[in-house]
Amino acid sequence: MNDSLGWGAITGHILYQFIPVFAALAITFALSIWYKRKLGLYGKLFDSNIGIIGLALVLFWLYTAFFAGVFDMIATHDALDQSASMKKKLPGTPYSKLIGTVDPNAGPYYLLGGDNLGRDVFSRMIAGSIKVILIAPFATVFAFMVGITLGLPAGYYGGRFDTMLSFISNLVLAFPVILLFYLLVTPEIVLTGIPVYMAAVLFIFPIIFLVILWNSRYRQQVRKRNIYVAITLIIGLWLYLGIAWDADPMGIVGFPPNLLVVFVSVVFVNSPTVFRIVRGLALDIKTRDYVAAAQTRGEGPWYIMLWEILPNARGPLLVDFCLRIGYTTILLGTLGFFGLGLESESADWGKMIIDGRKLLSANILHIAIPPALALLSLVLGLNFLADGLREESLRD
Amino acid sequence: MGKFILRRVGVMLLTALCLTFGVFFLTNLYPNLEKLAKTQGNFRMSDEEVQTYLNNNGYLQPMVAKYGQWLGVLPGYVIEGTDGKVRAKCAERQQPVEEVDRYCGILQGNWGYSTVIKQPVAGIIVDKLALTGILMFWVMVLMVPAALVLGVMAGMREGSRLDRTLSTFSISTTATPEYVSGVLFIAVFASTAVGLKWFKGTATSAMDNVTFENFFLPVLTIAAYGMGYIARMTRASMAEVMTSQYIRTARLKGVSFYNIVVKHALRNALIAPFTVIMLQFPWLLNGVVIVETLFNYKGFGWALVLAAGNNDIELLLAISVISVLVVLITQLISDIGYVYLNPRISVT
Repeated sequence: MNDSLGWGAITGHILYQFIPVFAALAITFALSIWYKRKLGLYGKLFDSNIGIIGLALVLFWLYTAFFAGVFDMIATHDALDQSASMKKKLPGTPYSKLIGTVDPNAGPYYLLGGDNLGRDVFSRMIAGSIKVILIAPFATVFAFMVGITLGLPAGYYGGRFDTMLSFISNLVLAFPVILLFYLLVTPEIVLTGIPVYMAAVLFIFPIIFLVILWNSRYRQQVRKRNIYVAITLIIGLWLYLGIAWDADPMGIVGFPPNLLVVFVSVVFVNSPTVFRIVRGLALDIKTRDYVAAAQTRGEGPWYIMLWEILPNARGPLLVDFCLRIGYTTILLGTLGFFGLGLESESADWGKMIIDGRKLLSANILHIAIPPALALLSLVLGLNFLADGLREESLRD
Repeated sequence: MGKFILRRVGVMLLTALCLTFGVFFLTNLYPNLEKLAKTQGNFRMSDEEVQTYLNNNGYLQPMVAKYGQWLGVLPGYVIEGTDGKVRAKCAERQQPVEEVDRYCGILQGNWGYSTVIKQPVAGIIVDKLALTGILMFWVMVLMVPAALVLGVMAGMREGSRLDRTLSTFSISTTATPEYVSGVLFIAVFASTAVGLKWFKGTATSAMDNVTFENFFLPVLTIAAYGMGYIARMTRASMAEVMTSQYIRTARLKGVSFYNIVVKHALRNALIAPFTVIMLQFPWLLNGVVIVETLFNYKGFGWALVLAAGNNDIELLLAISVISVLVVLITQLISDIGYVYLNPRISVT
């Protein structure tokens, strides 16, 4: 039987586990700083302290999720493995099992202690990062596709279309997010199939967006346009059938219904805000001279929207994109906090926080604090990154 | 101005109607009704028993009819159940069916009956709103002055070290959701493990008697999240004012820096934050739900979680009406207030 570790040794062990992440971070930063001048806005990020800190935090979690998810590194134990003798044990307690055999590949210690079911807090924190890194950026991308595809014409054309869409988006925004989640993200709603219909509507937008994008750009070069549109349609519709309808003809792409409802509701909550931002930007930019020039040249409205207005709105949109990933991370945590939309076992930061909260009054801090700090550092990183980007893009 | 307000109120009512119908639709889907029947009856009800229960209590009428009855534009149902008892929507307990009113919706002032708390909804809402009102009041008392001071200090010398420090601080507070900061605050200030037992980790006792000890942590948790955003808006507004011509004139006249900030800049710089503060109310509502759950304070947000978790249709509808109205009325106030504060803007 080993002795328990002290705090110094725990820190050492944790740092040791994170070595691949630090190595990847060091390589990224060395390369980025070396080629700084050639990297455009990304390179300029390295001129601002806050941008560097933000980027480091974000990349840290990105690499952690990558190494843990793809190569099964970093985490010391299986995130779902329970051990009756490790319940609520303090950080640094040697790993033991009351029933069953000890997994020979598992680490010798629970570095951040055990939770109320005797699972390793450190490994669960790492496993939670995979989920967030997988869902938050993609949900944000989808929300942006929906917001851009609807917001550009609303701002550019105005009129009835704009009034109607603005009303709908205000409708969604006037709704308290948590109430919406409580109504949408329940097993009962999954039974009714509503998430699938919502997914069917929301997920078609990326395909529409890309098809219009290629079509407006290469209208003169028919061959090139046909190739791009065909590729988009084939891959897009295949993914669409798999993800939204769970009806992939080849049976490769699928989406667990529990996760789908979380994904859909997060996209649904985010898109009206993106719509409003894009609409406002389009309203502003459409009065510029280069838009008038394009109109005089006889360019089509979608070409102007997607290739004249959108590129010129990229600064604010990029900043908002970073902020919105952070906000989505917070939303995912909120969902977990209220126990919505996940299996009871799964490692989720929000769920871990509320589970640990119940033990705070019993003076057991090590269950709630690690996921809280993990979530905090990721969101903080994204906010700092957004601030750095804003500073640098304003300087342009 | 009158026409503007009238139009806004019209849009507001339309929004409230659409949203309550949305809530109504989602809570009245069959799987949700089944859950309701099982929590009201027992969990081992067979499918037929669920059907009978729902039918006897008027849940299986068409959606629009039920919504109309809830609103009070259609007469309430009177259904003779399979057990021979006649049930009417508008009947009070034990009231004979012949004497009940024909209409009993929210238009008649009847908010219905909570299936989970077993009390009339109107009474619950008033109680819970009062409790949450106290919480909101103290949040405002802490948040608004702190945010304005932070923003003004950061914005009066843009780009200075003070500005950078305070801006980083306000970004950090906006990046910390309530469930993270709340847990951290409890861990640091309310546990014996750290040793600073300054405050209480729950606010249950604050429902009867608010003290600094049991109420400061929940208030701080909500205020911290909203504060950063207001501070950043104030900073931007202040920084813009400080570059304007009249400030330069005042400076060239030799007015002291303190007087420039307090007497010349402040009044103009506080117009923009006003609207932001009003628009923060919907956000605070979210924070209230999380913090009331976290600190076990049984107010409006706690009732929302309870009602939604048990599919308590009428309580949930009342809660959504209140929260939607709060959002829309604050938007209206912020628009009108902006016009009054800033003579350069006109609504027409």
